Amino acid sequence: MAIKLYGTTASTATLRAKACLAEKGLDYEFVNVNMSNKEHKSPEFLSRNPFGQVPAFEDGDLKLFESRAITQYLAHAYPDNGTNLIIHDPKKMAIVGVWIEVESQKFDQFGSKLAWELGYKPMFGLTTDDAAVEENEKKLEQVLDVYESRLSESKYLGGDCFTLADLHHLPVLKFLFGTKAKRLFDARPHVSAWAADIQSRPAWVKAITA
Amino acid sequence: MALKLYGTVASDATQRVQACLYEKEAHFEFITVNTAAGEHKTPRFLARNPFGELPALEDGDVTLFESRAITQYIANKYDGRGTDLIMKDPIKLAIQTVWMDTENQRFDQPFSKLIEAALEGNEGGNKDVREYERKLESVLDVYEQRLKESKYLGGDSFTLADLQHLPGMHYLRSTKAKGWFQGRPHVRAWAADILSRPAWVKVAAMSPW
Repeated sequence: MAIKLYGTTASTATLRAKACLAEKGLDYEFVNVNMSNKEHKSPEFLSRNPFGQVPAFEDGDLKLFESRAITQYLAHAYPDNGTNLIIHDPKKMAIVGVWIEVESQKFDQFGSKLAWELGYKPMFGLTTDDAAVEENEKKLEQVLDVYESRLSESKYLGGDCFTLADLHHLPVLKFLFGTKAKRLFDARPHVSAWAADIQSRPAWVKAITA
Repeated sequence: MALKLYGTVASDATQRVQACLYEKEAHFEFITVNTAAGEHKTPRFLARNPFGELPALEDGDVTLFESRAITQYIANKYDGRGTDLIMKDPIKLAIQTVWMDTENQRFDQPFSKLIEAALEGNEGGNKDVREYERKLESVLDVYEQRLKESKYLGGDSFTLADLQHLPGMHYLRSTKAKGWFQGRPHVRAWAADILSRPAWVKVAAMSPW
């Protein structure tokens, strides 16, 4: 099969790529990387992702890493497959671009740290750092306040339709919604509605259950 | 109507956009935001950038923020003018995007923390600073390998993948971090190359750091 995704379903970055493949309705081979055996640090894997992190991706001869580079490649390379995740009008796409950056630069930083503290650490039998949780919740709340305002004027973050700007949030939302951090989203009606909407998309449901 | 760039010459994110505007030979008006007076937190500015950060860009009826979204917009808008900053071939562009995302996700955070620490007078003995330095150095190790095979990070020509790094590389080269380039000859050569581009030299001349 031409498209291969190397990763694990426990990884938010891997899930980000999976979400996109599902939205585009593309067939691919999922190759599980055994993190507990440090397979992601093996020379073979490092040749796919020199940072030794999941995911890594192949489409024929093309090899990529960085989940948001993978999603952007898929969105552009397969425009006629599945959901359209980009907008062709340059000014409208520029606005999608702004919110893609916001997820990458702002939401992900604090969201991932909270997912680590509240989601992953308990999974690995490690102790949650309450001070880190408090600090990152405060910072995430500031970001979500901006989202609340944005989503009161716009159905989706990038504009009228679902795009990569929304999709990129799905994996961290999945982890946070299983923890007490969900209350931060519930407290903001537009954010809450948006989060419920995007997490109920059939492609996402399929990506996380398959 | 010309583009309007709201920012300051000291802001690394503003510098990123300036570099792009100069590379694309785009005409723009630079509007200095009085951060000392808290102008970036006023309702008027928040209407441009709801995070109250620099920069923001106005192009007629559209206002953008996040420097990396702005540079991509400018690079596309002025396609055919000045330096080509986006690979035309989709496969080459996919690879360029990998390295743009690397700057965003791996280089930028430790670099931003280092510069923040330096501004707070915190360089040197702080444990967190050493952690950020360690992270940045390991990123540079990956860059060293990449630049052995590729003239520029994104491919065989200078693109946004390199440009996004300019403020960070400028800062590193002017601090003790330039010692990090010693064992990394390809990173050193690449840094020297991109930092000597006329567009960047113009930005650096205005920078207070």
